[in-house]
Amino acid sequence: MKLTGAQVLIECLKEQKVDLIFGYPGGAVLPIYDVLYNTKEITHILTAHEQGATHAADGYARSTGKPGVVLVTSGPGATNTITGIATAYMDSVPLVVFTGQVAASLLGRDSFQEVDMAGITMPITKHNYIVKDPARLPHIIREAFDIATSGRPGPVVVDIPKDIQTALIEFKPDDGQPMEWKTRGKWYEEADNNPENMEKALELIDECQHPVIYAGGGINISGTHKELLEFAEKIKAPVCVSLMGMGAFPGDHPYFLGMVGMHGTRYANYAVSNSDCLIAIGARFSDRVISKVENFAPDARIIHIDIDPAEISKNVTAHIAVCGDVKEILTELTGKVHEKAENGWNKQVQEWKKTHPLKYRGQGALSPQYVIKKLYELTEGKAVITTEVGQNQMWAAQFYKYTEPRTFLTSGGLGAMGYGLGASIGAAMGRPDRRVVNIAGDGSFKMNSTELATVSKYRVPIIQLVLNNHTLGMVRQWQDLFFQGRFSQSTLGPDVDFLKLADAYGIKGLRISSNQEVEEVLKQALSLNEPVVVECDISPDEKVYPMVAPGAAIDDLID
Amino acid sequence: MKYVLGVLVDNHPGVLSKVSGLFSRRGFNIDSLAVGVTENPEISRITIVVDGDEYIVDQLTKQLNKLINVIKVSVIGEDSISRELALIKVKATPVTRNQIVDIVNIFRAKVVDVNRNSIIVEITGDSKKIAALEEMLDDFGILEMVRTGNISIDRGMKMVKYIRQNKEEEMYYGKNVL
Repeated sequence: MKLTGAQVLIECLKEQKVDLIFGYPGGAVLPIYDVLYNTKEITHILTAHEQGATHAADGYARSTGKPGVVLVTSGPGATNTITGIATAYMDSVPLVVFTGQVAASLLGRDSFQEVDMAGITMPITKHNYIVKDPARLPHIIREAFDIATSGRPGPVVVDIPKDIQTALIEFKPDDGQPMEWKTRGKWYEEADNNPENMEKALELIDECQHPVIYAGGGINISGTHKELLEFAEKIKAPVCVSLMGMGAFPGDHPYFLGMVGMHGTRYANYAVSNSDCLIAIGARFSDRVISKVENFAPDARIIHIDIDPAEISKNVTAHIAVCGDVKEILTELTGKVHEKAENGWNKQVQEWKKTHPLKYRGQGALSPQYVIKKLYELTEGKAVITTEVGQNQMWAAQFYKYTEPRTFLTSGGLGAMGYGLGASIGAAMGRPDRRVVNIAGDGSFKMNSTELATVSKYRVPIIQLVLNNHTLGMVRQWQDLFFQGRFSQSTLGPDVDFLKLADAYGIKGLRISSNQEVEEVLKQALSLNEPVVVECDISPDEKVYPMVAPGAAIDDLID
Repeated sequence: MKYVLGVLVDNHPGVLSKVSGLFSRRGFNIDSLAVGVTENPEISRITIVVDGDEYIVDQLTKQLNKLINVIKVSVIGEDSISRELALIKVKATPVTRNQIVDIVNIFRAKVVDVNRNSIIVEITGDSKKIAALEEMLDDFGILEMVRTGNISIDRGMKMVKYIRQNKEEEMYYGKNVL
């Protein structure tokens, strides 16, 4: 069967069971959009900006576990996706981004809207392609999805020149043959997946007195939360998480310690610092977790379990590495490990939990932490929360208790302000059964607030909770603590009336000015099945505590 | 310490820049990099000499392995043959010409071009041998030098090889182009 390249792309998307894509048309993808015009099986969400489309696809992917698909034109359309692709790369999110490209005859001639996407995205993709041979197009698309979703997931870019989109291609449906890149078997072959390591890990876990589990995003990605719970309960180990690990372990479980690291809880940081065996699972020891390397878990033997061999001993030396599918490894570990009894260590950890709880002192009539706590209570922890980046993100991590994977979507590695609004759109599309709330600050919300147009157009019932302190709160916090209160360029407003902004987009706006109003307004927002912007007037002096100063050990906290 | 890595990669356009890009963005310093097609025209082999410690080599190997187009990465050990080729243009007068030729002969190098003012010497060997000749020729004045970068191969039956499992897949475009 002969099809045009554009038709082949759409056929391959159907093959991959893609029913939703996010994008923005333009000159170099017109043939593809023309095919989409008659394609009923695929819904296209038109965003206001390509960055929003990429974040939305990311939010869709994170909330569902399915790959997010983006379709944009060449040149500026393609470069606008960069922040979204980098976000997905840092947080291991499966995205497949199709970018249009000028025709092959115009390549390399600085043609109109030509940009070298393969070159630009090289360091921020798991893999990328520029299609030069039309016959290879179906294979490339299938391989792109396979690469994006297997092993440690990540974004893949497929750059398709316009002449490839119109070329006639002999199309054969996927024959289900294994992908050649996978048959190479290099992934585990030379990695630290020595079966002896498993034995050593078991031995160490059985012997240790002060075990702590440090769970990361890998648990969420692989859906290993049940296995983790079973494992932790069997060895009676408290569990701390990285920012990406939120939802990996029930936030209301007595063993849950919350986040470890820079804005971790005191008890999580104390537990890690006093542990004699730190079991890192699907985590990558980010600098935001370890802070000062020499003082990180100084007494602990470290067992590192991860699917990506390159993460082993990258930032912190692992004493024992077990490389491979976290689900298989945890199941085997739980089966073979000896059950422990609760002991003095558990008592000690509970004692720390009791004496150093997360707390906040109100700096004004309305406390942002209280708003988030109330949001948790009213949604019973069942909402999907997206965040922007900064104080709003940290409070959302500290004061909302996540009980299942894929309910906390945040730009962890890249820390991209402007992520949350786009992501919330994708999450709402992916999880129509859940309430989706984007917890934002005024600075980061403004970065991509153009996407309110998308929210309005599709009437996506998302709540935008804008914690407005008229400043770049986290920047201001650092300036206050480490730069003698010289607030250089971190004061933003008052500049925008968010309720009027919402109104311009035909979106309902609500305001919270004091703790007394929180419950009533949130209830109202949650009861509406429509888009809402809730502006919360908070003090610019609110801070995220506890905090580990840069370069300090993680048990040396300020609060 | 210097490590030599033998890296098998797909013989596709853009692969070399993916490999070299990895070095710069991860901050690895490379001494030399040489690339060419292997006995299998679908596969190229890159020989990389890197200056570093065990951590660097471990990370480098793992990061390289993550690139989809990288098929295999091996550290080439002591029991191997290493060679590079250099072409050295040396200032030569009728008086010094014979002295240069004498030195060239001692190194079992070759004179490949001669004219009134200069000689071009071709030498093959490991980097130490080339450095030694370079030092000797420096006395006469080296006008220009070009080197290929080191290539290495294990002695005996130890091999850096990849046997593709489904061979029937046809070879695609871009052969011998990196």
